[in-house]
Amino acid sequence: MAENLIRLTAAETAALIASGEVTAVEVTEAHLARIEAVDEKVNAFLHVDREGALAQARAVDEKRARGEQLGPLAGVPLALKDIFTTEGVPTTVGSKILEGWLPPYDATVTKRLKAADVVILGKTNMDEFAMGSSTENSAFGPTGNPWDLTRIPGGSGGGSAAALAAYEAPLAIGTDTGGSIRQPAAVTGTVGVKPTYGGVSRYGMVAFSSSLDQGGPCARTVLDAALLHEVIAGHDPLDSTSIDRPVPPVVEAARNGDVKGLRVGVVKEFAGEGYQAGVMQRFNESVDLLRSLGAEVTEISCPSFDLALAAYYLIAPSECSSNLARFDAMRYGLRVGDDGTRSAEDVTALTREAGFGPEVKRRIMLGTYALSSGYYDAYYGSAQKVRTLISKDFEKAFEQVDVIVSPTTPTTAFPIGERADDPLAMYLADLCTIPANLAGNAAMSLPCGLAPEDGLPVGLQIIAPAMADDRLYRVGAAVEAAYTARWGHPLLEEAPSL
Amino acid sequence: MPGITREEVAHLARLSRLELKAEELDHFAEQLDVIIGAVARVSDVADEDVPPTSHPLPLTNVMRQDEVRPSLTPEQALSGAPAQEQQRFKVPQILGED
Repeated sequence: MAENLIRLTAAETAALIASGEVTAVEVTEAHLARIEAVDEKVNAFLHVDREGALAQARAVDEKRARGEQLGPLAGVPLALKDIFTTEGVPTTVGSKILEGWLPPYDATVTKRLKAADVVILGKTNMDEFAMGSSTENSAFGPTGNPWDLTRIPGGSGGGSAAALAAYEAPLAIGTDTGGSIRQPAAVTGTVGVKPTYGGVSRYGMVAFSSSLDQGGPCARTVLDAALLHEVIAGHDPLDSTSIDRPVPPVVEAARNGDVKGLRVGVVKEFAGEGYQAGVMQRFNESVDLLRSLGAEVTEISCPSFDLALAAYYLIAPSECSSNLARFDAMRYGLRVGDDGTRSAEDVTALTREAGFGPEVKRRIMLGTYALSSGYYDAYYGSAQKVRTLISKDFEKAFEQVDVIVSPTTPTTAFPIGERADDPLAMYLADLCTIPANLAGNAAMSLPCGLAPEDGLPVGLQIIAPAMADDRLYRVGAAVEAAYTARWGHPLLEEAPSL
Repeated sequence: MPGITREEVAHLARLSRLELKAEELDHFAEQLDVIIGAVARVSDVADEDVPPTSHPLPLTNVMRQDEVRPSLTPEQALSGAPAQEQQRFKVPQILGED
């Protein structure tokens, strides 16, 4: 029974709990046992909150016993990226500088999950401060990809994606600044959604690059992602960039997958050098599939996308150099070298040297450089102009098409260590995902097969205009249903057992 | 655009409040030089007549009512402090002797 419970979708799990066929405690215990059995190998979790999870599960079972109405995800376990604050539960952001910190408050996302009776199993591994595409930049060791533990699970949200693929949780939360939800989803054969910028509150989500950061749902199916999306999305007065409009009807869309008459754009700039042959093969098959399901496919051109990666690696570091100034060793977190003789400034510099890893230091210095007088206009100023041009490319494209599709990543999961000390090679992993962050659009990645040359998952990216998140789910559900019928089972069933 | 020197990295590290070690300076100088060389392409659009975008949403000055709301207690706010005294954050000296 326990082995079956961990393989269910979130929707199935919630239905079984609601009908009383299983208890939330049984479901939680099954997942805690799975974590105990496999996480030593996978390292998806930085912290498992056994007691907290079981207490939440018991509360769900008590509610049911009292005859209270349960929400659509009540009792379903979830893995929370360690970037969201959790009151009294460690929150490290994958960094030594916050090791041991117990936040005094919950992020809005955490609060909404608890209010929906979602059971939070623990906190997942990530690249330090969400800076990275492989989870190797975690101060607490890399996470393995459940398809091949010697390969990266993507990043920065590699822990959340690996937890799903390893059946340690049916739901997870990630954050996506340049692809940190979608790229891990692609390389682990799972589903990940970056909602419209402003769609999910950033309150209590440790800031990396505030104009790009966006929390979102991760799951094994499109419907599960939609159910989770609906729980966490919506206006929050505590986040001034939160959109005060109704959440797009994502669950309704996920239940009604359909692409008949849909206008689909294929960006011609997302191809060529650097794209793995097997990735392009699976992508082209997906385009054919969309056509066979009744979509109209058009090639479109977005010439400014060529500069997206360069603009991103100026904008994100610039914002991070400012955001991470708060880690000053004075109010919370690590403090090093305070021996009574050193000045506050020296203690801050020694603490940051000891507490931050190499990628975080690189980005802080790069941002400081891009913002310094003499360079500001050429670097940060130009990057902001590129951002305008990219938004215009999207606007023009969305006059002709309803959604844009592309490969999520140019390659499948690469071996751990291969790009660890080559920042530029690492940055290329985000080539196709970054434009949607710069423009604030909604985007999804879902599995579209295994690359023939290495047998590893390939992701299909769908991009929709801002506040049209429901389109992602309508298209995603149709693609998922067609592929599942063709393969005879969900892609993840082909993953080796751990 | 010019490359970046070891001395410039040392200056950036000081501005960034990072007490880098000598070997880190060498390594970062090399890497930052490569990264800056790659991202400098954005200056291709420096002369284009388009407004800069700092943020994806057309928002300015989001205001709320000035009402008292529940917030952290002093104990909660100080709970993560490396050092505290008399309900305050205790910090190393911030001014010199003279």
